[in-house]
This record gives sequence, structure tokens and C-alpha cells, in this order.
Amino acid sequence: MVKPVIVGAHYGFRDWLLQRITAVVMALYTLVFAVCALTMPDGSFESWRGVFSGGFMKFATFLFFMSLFFHAWIGVRDIFMDYIKPTGIRLALHSVVALLLIGYAGWAAQILWRL
Amino acid sequence: MSSKRTVQFKIYRYDPDKDDKPYMQDISVDLEESDKKLLDALVRLKAKDDTLSFRRSCREGVCGSDAMNINGKNGLACLTAIDELPQPVTIRPLPGLPVIRDVIVDMTQFFKQYHSIKPYLINNDPAPERERLQTPEDREELNGLYECILCACCSTSCPSFWWNPDKFVGPAGLLAAYRFLADTRDQATSERLDNLEDPYRLFRCHSIMNCVDVCPKGLNPTKAIGKIKDMMLRRAV
Repeated sequence: MVKPVIVGAHYGFRDWLLQRITAVVMALYTLVFAVCALTMPDGSFESWRGVFSGGFMKFATFLFFMSLFFHAWIGVRDIFMDYIKPTGIRLALHSVVALLLIGYAGWAAQILWRL
Repeated sequence: MSSKRTVQFKIYRYDPDKDDKPYMQDISVDLEESDKKLLDALVRLKAKDDTLSFRRSCREGVCGSDAMNINGKNGLACLTAIDELPQPVTIRPLPGLPVIRDVIVDMTQFFKQYHSIKPYLINNDPAPERERLQTPEDREELNGLYECILCACCSTSCPSFWWNPDKFVGPAGLLAAYRFLADTRDQATSERLDNLEDPYRLFRCHSIMNCVDVCPKGLNPTKAIGKIKDMMLRRAV
């Protein structure tokens, strides 16, 4: 049996836009992080802890990690769409990556709010 | 005056009726003074070995028949100056499409994608007595879009099209899609955008610009694709 080609999942634009927005968030955070790192008096644990003790930096860093995970999700999914053809294997890989990234997000939050 | 020039070729040969698998044939041909383009040399070559098969028609870059992979880069044989090519000149069929024979490829998939974007004006208003008019500014928008000759150089140089030729429209089809999206006389803008709002059909394009690099007409499908994305953005926000 010839399988018909099925296209038309309406999330192409949303994901494309999200990837661009998350890229901007990551670029801005990199600047903020660079300024913090360069203006730090010394590289001691206390200084680093000081940087991340403020609510803004916690929030910004968490936003950065969320952006990174969304960005990575779209990128990795695109690679699977190009190279992994069997639907079952692709679904399994999508699930593994998605669950892994959700786990990372939780882990990032735990580390940040522990400081 | 007669100055004999000899050109060395390495040509992809495959005749499914005779050959188990494709092979590269080393062959040379003497050119006449009047032979300027690669197509002239191929025509001489065919006179020498008439089993060689390739498509050609207008011999001046209008019909798009003689697209092939020339020294690793897609192009039209009729527009490629033979004297500027490093030798041996390696000729292969357009990558990613099934080979029918030698450098002739099956373009069914390519045209299927082209047809999928409805490459014609959709306007449900009663046709005016003479023609549907546009302002010169509106007409200007179609420049760089309508000139495509569908030679498939761009789509067959695009890795996204190689991996998903059945789902990704490809640069040629998307250029044509924008040609109708940009047309002020067309009334199907929203349907056209819906048709491309898919992770495969439009968004397999990652703007690597191989299409721009090879287009023998100097067109810019990547820019057109960017404008389609821009239209989707304006529609969404």
C-alpha cells in the first residue's frame, strides 16, 4: 500500500517564531551575564552567589534556560524530521528529548532557587 | 583560422536497460571555434557518442531543460562558458531526483510540489472587459519572482529538498508561491498562507541559500521565503 503524504500540521510558523524569540532572549542574557562576570571583584564562590541571589538574575537565568530548552527542542526536532523517517522511532525520540528537556528545566529551577 | 580545442569530460552514464549501475565515463571532444557554451560541447559529444542522453531545447537559458550538475554545482549547460570550466569537466544529473538515463532526471516530484502551491491567479471577481490592472508599484513587486524557468537547479541543490522532496515545497515552488502572494490581483492570500503553514512545506527552509548560489536567472528564493514568513508574522500578530 502506498502511504499518502500527509502535511498540514499548523505549528510551523509558531515554532519558527518561538525559535527566533528565544534566540534573542539568549543573546540578551549572554550580554547581561558577561557584564556581571566582568564587573565581579573576584571569582570567589561568594561573588558568584551574590550575582545570583537577586530576584532579577534568578528570573533572567531561568528565562534563559527555558529559552535554551525551547530552542533546542525545535532544533533537535527539526533534525529528527529530516533524518529519522519511521514514525514510531521518531515519536520515541521526540518523547525522550521532550521529557529530558522538561527534566532539565526542573533541575535548573531547583539549582537557581537553592542559591 | 582553426584553433582546435579539446575538452576532457567525466560524464555520469546510466542506461537502466543495459547497465547494472551508473558509472563515470572519461571522454574528450574537439571543439570548433564557434563552440562557446558547455551545451555546444555536449552536442559535439553526442555527435561522437550518440548513446549519451541529455535534455536541451532553447539553448539560451529560457526553457530550463539542460539543467545539470556541472563540476559539482547545478547550472544550465547553455549558459555555462566551456572555456571557464576547470577540466576534466564533471557532468552529473541534478542531485536528489531519480535518474531516467544519463543526465536526464525524473522531475515528477519537483512539478508536484510546484503544482501544490496553485501556481495561477485566483480571483473570483467577474473578469473585467479587458484586463485586471495593477499600479506600476504593485507590478514592481513581481520582479525577481516571475522570471523563474523551473529548471530545478535550486530545489535540487537544497538539502532540505533532498531529505523531504515529498513534503518540502522547495525553493522553486516557494518562489512561485510568493509570486502569487505578492500579486495584488490574487484573492487567495489567506488560503495560500494556510497551505504553507506547516513544519515541512515552508519551514524546512533554513536559509542556507544554496538556491540563490545556483539560480541561473539570478533570482533569490531565500528572500521570497523570508517575505512569506513575514506575511505569516503580519497575519498572526
